[in-house]
Amino acid sequence: MKMAQYAILMYADAVAGSGEEHRRHAEDLRDSGAMIAAFALQSADTATTVSGDTVTDGPFVDAKEVIAGICIVEADDLDAALEIAKANPSARLGGSVEVRPVDGAMIERTL
Amino acid sequence: MPDHGAVAAAVAAVHRQDWGRVLAATVRVCRDLDLAEDCTQQAYAEALERWPDDGIPANPAGWLITTARRRAIDAIRRQATLRAKLPLLVEPIDPWDATAEEVNAVDRLPSNGLSREPARDAIEEVPDERLRLIFLCCHPALAQDAQLALTLRLVCGVPAADIARLLLVSETTMAARITRAKKKIRLARIPFRMPRAADLPDRLRSALGVIHLLFSSGHAAPSGARLIHDDAADRAIALGRLLTALMPDEPEVRGLLALMLVIDARRATRVTPDGNLQRLEDQDRSRWDRATIAEADALIVGNLRAGNPGRYTLQAAIAALYAEAPSYQQTDWGQLVVLYDRLLQIWPSPVVALNRSVPLAMVAGPEAALKVVEEIEEAEALPNYPYLPAVKADLLRRLGRPGDAAVAYRRAIDLTANEVERRYLQGRLDLLGS
Repeated sequence: MKMAQYAILMYADAVAGSGEEHRRHAEDLRDSGAMIAAFALQSADTATTVSGDTVTDGPFVDAKEVIAGICIVEADDLDAALEIAKANPSARLGGSVEVRPVDGAMIERTL
Repeated sequence: MPDHGAVAAAVAAVHRQDWGRVLAATVRVCRDLDLAEDCTQQAYAEALERWPDDGIPANPAGWLITTARRRAIDAIRRQATLRAKLPLLVEPIDPWDATAEEVNAVDRLPSNGLSREPARDAIEEVPDERLRLIFLCCHPALAQDAQLALTLRLVCGVPAADIARLLLVSETTMAARITRAKKKIRLARIPFRMPRAADLPDRLRSALGVIHLLFSSGHAAPSGARLIHDDAADRAIALGRLLTALMPDEPEVRGLLALMLVIDARRATRVTPDGNLQRLEDQDRSRWDRATIAEADALIVGNLRAGNPGRYTLQAAIAALYAEAPSYQQTDWGQLVVLYDRLLQIWPSPVVALNRSVPLAMVAGPEAALKVVEEIEEAEALPNYPYLPAVKADLLRRLGRPGDAAVAYRRAIDLTANEVERRYLQGRLDLLGS
């Protein structure tokens, strides 16, 4: 059956979980074949927001918890994607992760 | 040949009882909720047309399943190219599962119209897939109001307009809610299958929560003039019975059923003929449905014996203890406090703590109970909850503080959205002066 791709957006006020924990989680996902891509972002105070011609300092959403990283995984269905999300260090260690199906023009994997 | 009245009655009965079963069986072959709904609807319409001539089949649900599945297969053939582009419902075909076999079996049926009599052996083999449907509708990735709407629509076959009336929202809102939920199921790929064992406790809690919510909305509508929406309560109990049959090893499923039964057994006396709320102590116990209370009691006793009773079992045990006392005065208040204490251990809810204050007042006196209620109030655990000032008012009245009681009654009246409850509280307030 065709797999679906999900974006896992990691929200945290600071980085939840150590770099080591995130690296191990990413390796587990890569080894299982679920990982398409993963990126950890620099902290939100390095963000710059652009709206039209206006450029402002800081992240777009002025919230305590901001996107700290993003990862794209492949899963059979939402339950499988949620399983992956629950194992994410951000979700386990005080942050939250949001799972969203990837729409349309998906990246074709080359294995 | 059966007359039209007999056919209409048979179709109505199989609609109430087996809609979800027909739909679930159809979803399995087409993996598309909307198409399965259309085909299920068509099958019931065809039954109304054909049964007067052909006779009511020995297995009406089986006839409907076979008919709906054939309609689905026909539609799939017609739309083969279109369908290739549509995201289908996720339903992994397990090697130990009969699905592939079933799909092929349906595929081999003649596609141009139905044979006169669907083969009986084919009918009997279709497994009951309603559990998958229930867990799909009650998936925690859907909002609870959407879970409830979907369950009523897909499992019970209630038309969207009736669901809107039942849940006191507009038809447009309800239609949009159902459409949105179905879209999420499709695009996020919420699967049509049994939850994994590790997820089952959570997923079951979600399904039980939906049934309980439906029952509560029938038991005391949060707003509007009618206190009891019998239809919602009946639907909830039917769902409870269905889930009990489908999951006989889950004690909390029986616990929830028992809770609903024991409360429903007092349906006739909760409201006076002129539509006013009747206090438990003033209800005519001879009019309670003893057979239903006994049925609930058997479920509760079984669960308590098995040990580690869950939230619903303990709530049911509490309700049963209230219901089984020969009179309000003879209620076993001490045992009630014990049960509430156990309930608070596994479900530390301020509502439970508030309800516990009622038997506590009988055991330890209104002063002690008032202290508990005031603690809950000060913790602001239940802001805007009308029952808190109502309970407080009654305790203050019993303590001979009518002035303070009046203030609390007025607060409760301001907070309740229910017309019947407001009238009752106003009556209590008026009594203070006399």
